[in-house]
Amino acid sequence: MGAVYALIALGLTLVYGVLHIINFAHGACLMIALYGVYALWALLGVDPYAALPIMIGFMFVLGYLLQRFVINRAGHTKDERVLLLTLGLSIVFENLALIFFHSDTRTVETSYNLQTIQLGQVMLSAPKFYAFWGALGVSALMLAIMKWTDLGRAIRAVAKERTGAKLMGIDVEHVYAMSFGIGLACLGAAACFLLPAYYVNPSVGNGFIFVSFTIVVLGGMGSFVGALLGGLLIGVIESLGGLYLGESLGQVGIFIVFVSFLIFRPQGMFGSKA
Amino acid sequence: MRDIKFIALFAILIATLPFLTHSGVILNFVVMALYASLLAQSWNILGGYSGQFSFGNAVFFGTGAYVQAIAQMQFAMNAWSALMLALCASACVGLFVGSVSFRYGLKGSYFALVTLAMAEIFRILSLSVNFTGGGVGLMLPLNSSFAGMQFVQKSGYVWLILSLVCAALLITSFIKHSKLGACMQAVRDNEDAAKALGINPFSVKLVAISMCSVVMGAGGAIYVQLFQYIDPSIAYGPQSSVEALVAAIVGGVGTLWGPIIGATALLLMSELTRNLFGQIPGINMVIYGFVLVFIVLFAPTGLTGLGVSVRTLFSRSHNTNHRNKVDGGEDLKGLDGERAGSAESAENGADRTNLTNLTNLTNLTNLTNLTNLTNLTNLTNLTYQTNLTKDNNSPKSQVTQDTQVTPDTSSRTGGK
Repeated sequence: MGAVYALIALGLTLVYGVLHIINFAHGACLMIALYGVYALWALLGVDPYAALPIMIGFMFVLGYLLQRFVINRAGHTKDERVLLLTLGLSIVFENLALIFFHSDTRTVETSYNLQTIQLGQVMLSAPKFYAFWGALGVSALMLAIMKWTDLGRAIRAVAKERTGAKLMGIDVEHVYAMSFGIGLACLGAAACFLLPAYYVNPSVGNGFIFVSFTIVVLGGMGSFVGALLGGLLIGVIESLGGLYLGESLGQVGIFIVFVSFLIFRPQGMFGSKA
Repeated sequence: MRDIKFIALFAILIATLPFLTHSGVILNFVVMALYASLLAQSWNILGGYSGQFSFGNAVFFGTGAYVQAIAQMQFAMNAWSALMLALCASACVGLFVGSVSFRYGLKGSYFALVTLAMAEIFRILSLSVNFTGGGVGLMLPLNSSFAGMQFVQKSGYVWLILSLVCAALLITSFIKHSKLGACMQAVRDNEDAAKALGINPFSVKLVAISMCSVVMGAGGAIYVQLFQYIDPSIAYGPQSSVEALVAAIVGGVGTLWGPIIGATALLLMSELTRNLFGQIPGINMVIYGFVLVFIVLFAPTGLTGLGVSVRTLFSRSHNTNHRNKVDGGEDLKGLDGERAGSAESAENGADRTNLTNLTNLTNLTNLTNLTNLTNLTNLTNLTYQTNLTKDNNSPKSQVTQDTQVTPDTSSRTGGK
């Protein structure tokens, strides 16, 4: 799970790092992506892993349009307003899903659902194993994009110094929308890896939103490496907490990590700016 | 005191309603509208007047509800003393949440996220401990009497909740007109400037969050009395937080009557959609969400603000022209509405001198603190703020003209 968490958090931290907004609708967007994968499988018979490029493209376009035409309008003046706006969006998404898909929990059934892979002494469930490496792969791809392409450079430039980037001729609005799109595209990829091992219902995003916020805070807001390591760490914390304290109390561990990091070390593990 | 008169008028008007009509539909609507207003007013005290946006008001709501239920069921207290206990308990939780998050200077979105996380922690805890009944929840036994605070007729609830709403209104109007309230608003508008004036932001925010939590706890207790049932997801789930927040924002943040108008308008709308669309699950919330998005995008001051902006459109037109000369107009869009809101609250207050003095002072400290500001947007915001204070417009706009020309030097001098 850790790697998928990391991928989800990577999308969130990208949006935060570049746009300096906290996207509260991140969980709801993940839910949309999960339903997208589900719908592709149920209606067209597309294998969840084969849906990867479709979902990445779809979520990217959704994110681009969302930023360009909705979130952008709230301006970048007060972060609470964007938070409220994305809260409103997440309420809309969640309940639209409730209307269209009803509240049933759905799963995808594939031939490899219950397969296991034996690694030495350990038995691993195959979908989780694929999810781990797939999510790591996509994360690595994204880091590479950020590092070596022109788009990545533009995004990093805008994240660091908005006015300066504008003066250099970078279309800031475009870059904002691109980053938001990429952030959601991460969710599209995460959804493809997640669904064979997981389930989807309209409120599934809520479970993830806190986990990914925690990871982002843990790793330092806007830090990509931090998000990756934080994701893996939270995956471990969650399974250990679940093992020793029981399923529901184990979740408390995540929140406690979240609150205490926000209070005592808001810059995260790797953030430098206080 | 104009506000007090209006509150009294409002109280009399609603209180006589049960004598005029026995229609269950109307009285039920009034009860629910009052209940929603109570939640919204609670959010408004913290979010509207002291600028701390909470996403987890459910913490206080749930605590109030659980204490109310447990005190009656397990300790056989009567409902009224249980209510007192519930208020105290939610105030304690408020102080705890406030002292933890404000002591370490959590602001804006971070505060919002921490309150949300707190609500989640409480929800999970209440699921796993015994005395809350776990996931099954608590069912309050029926006891229709005055001592049990349960009424056969809706009118009892109308009066009960009305008195609580009036208490919340009185608290809010006290905040609006007292020195404490002025401090809260100063902290909301510019915390650093407020600090420079000798206000202790920590204690001001702490008072605000305890007031907010008391009112929200009352809301929770009322919920238990109304529905005789509580479980973890009702108590600490996001529903009540969202309800409080959306109603306050729709009605108008930082105004006395905004939350009441907002709560009533939202309730009316959800009743209408229920009639139109029947029982499609979630359609209510879709509309809630859309309304929230719409209000945030196009009318940040809410319904009360819409009326005011029409009124002030003409009087502010020359200010707008002046403002357009300053570049970075896009950043000002958001402030536009918010300032209209605070201008309104300054206008209709009895002690408006008090408030305008304070904003003047904050602006002055802003100007002297100019060296601290590094980027252009801050400067343009500043020019806008000074433009709005009409009293001594001319000398200040000169100052800002100067700073406008040399934004870079000011940022450089900040370094030394």
